[in-house]
Amino acid sequence: MGKLTRDAVLKLAHLSRLKLTEAEIESFRTELAEILDYVKQLDKADTKGLEPTYQVTGLKNVMREDKTKDYQAKPADLLKGAPAVEKNQFKVGRVL
Amino acid sequence: MSWPSIDEIAASVQSGQTSAEGNVKQALQEVEKHKDFAAIISVPMERALKRAEEIDGRIKQGERVGRLAGVPFIAKDNFLTFGGRTTAASNMLKEFEAPYQATAIEKLELEGAICVAKANLDAWAHGSSTENSDFFTTKNPHDKTRVPGGSSGGSAAAVALDIVPFALGTDTGGSVRLPASFCGVVGYKPTYGLISRSGIVAMASSTDVVGPLTRNIADAALVMDVMSGKDAMDSTTIEKDSNGYEIRNPKSEIRKAKIGVIKEYMGEGLEPGVRTVIDQAIKKLEKAGANISEVSLPSLSLALAVYYIVCPAEVSSNLARYDGQRYGHTARETKNLEDSYFLSRQQGFGTEAKRRIMIGTHVLSSGYYDAYYKKAQKVRTKIINEFAKAFQLYDFLLGPTAPTVAFKIGAKTGNPLQMYLSDILLVAANVSGNPAISIPAGQSQGLPVGLQIIAPQRADKQLLEIAKAFEELN
Repeated sequence: MGKLTRDAVLKLAHLSRLKLTEAEIESFRTELAEILDYVKQLDKADTKGLEPTYQVTGLKNVMREDKTKDYQAKPADLLKGAPAVEKNQFKVGRVL
Repeated sequence: MSWPSIDEIAASVQSGQTSAEGNVKQALQEVEKHKDFAAIISVPMERALKRAEEIDGRIKQGERVGRLAGVPFIAKDNFLTFGGRTTAASNMLKEFEAPYQATAIEKLELEGAICVAKANLDAWAHGSSTENSDFFTTKNPHDKTRVPGGSSGGSAAAVALDIVPFALGTDTGGSVRLPASFCGVVGYKPTYGLISRSGIVAMASSTDVVGPLTRNIADAALVMDVMSGKDAMDSTTIEKDSNGYEIRNPKSEIRKAKIGVIKEYMGEGLEPGVRTVIDQAIKKLEKAGANISEVSLPSLSLALAVYYIVCPAEVSSNLARYDGQRYGHTARETKNLEDSYFLSRQQGFGTEAKRRIMIGTHVLSSGYYDAYYKKAQKVRTKIINEFAKAFQLYDFLLGPTAPTVAFKIGAKTGNPLQMYLSDILLVAANVSGNPAISIPAGQSQGLPVGLQIIAPQRADKQLLEIAKAFEELN
């Protein structure tokens, strides 16, 4: 069984917005390859004519009224975990 | 002292013989007494005592409080609860205080139940042993050198230690049933959608379900009855059985039952001691009149591969919200917004979460999507069809919950794939949405062994009844 290349691991980490340590990069090269190799056994399964299943109980387009529900949470409760708040709003770094 | 059955606890509190306050205090003492098993992350003591006082006050006024009046319970720490923190056993949510509660918790509280502690888990419910908890590893109540199973390991251990009469877990790929089997308690995974997941830290949304851990089937059925049903805040929820889930007369259930023993679950890799216990359970059921034969479901051997595509895919998407900007861990001293995402996620996620996010990102990325994700969802259809075919001939399917008894702490931490394989007999019911239950069936090497029974979708009532009938044979 092979290993993923270092670049492949770094690319996945970048897409996932994760920074990895050198040790993590090395162990993921083997471990991710091993897991992907294991799931590859599905290639052998005959799925001709089968549709993919995304929802197991057959529900489709479940609608509800667009009504507010009072959770009795105050703005301060919702902002409590935020690293930076200004004028009762989340404050984040510059996007552009 | 060990807890009476849940309906007895509630009746006793309602009648004034015992009090909610006394129950909460007893549970808190038990938490303290069993500290060295490391089952508990936090205790919302002040709120629990306040709720107990309020419930006792209402009873003194002559009010009927509910079916769970003054019954203490423990929730896995991925259920949002008031009165303290909800961490998902992750550094990312180490300080997080929920602004609202899970629907399941609200429903239990409406009937008078009181949450006394939050239980340990593998961080984000990713694991089979609690060793992936970012905080500490829970120890098996039957042998401290062994794991309790996971990911709901703290909940299962707490019930096995008799800290509380019931605890809540979540079962995305076996996370209620495996620890139930390893700790010797009942662990029930209902049909997908029967209990709202609103207010639960999402893992893999197409298989996540809530499930109770209890000491007996009647307790599981009662708690299930309280928590189940449609919820506007979780669009995947379905109506509960019009007769509810409480069990009244299970006696005749076994004689009528046609039960298939899943051949693939009794194959190689099964520990001889586990096999013996399951064989004995089958004999007992036969003796009680069940019609039992072997049935082959060859596609079930593919369920774990399906699961390890679908689950990481959904994990990578569900964990994308943890970006360090609104709540959860935020990295200090970052250069810009993007840098803040990278560092907050690096510091907040443990190795297993990172592993799953990256696998998920891989299987969903363009060029790979059809080969992995779509293929897995087609094999998922194949598994569902195979279950449906088997359930034309059988009322229930059975096998062991796990191929082994609880393994040693550290035995599988070096090899993630080996850890994943602990769930080999469990994930099929998650992939298909079928209800399944693990019932204590005996012991091997002095450690508990669980019998797993799987039923058709929405046959939860029948499943609980046959489980109860089996329990009475022991």
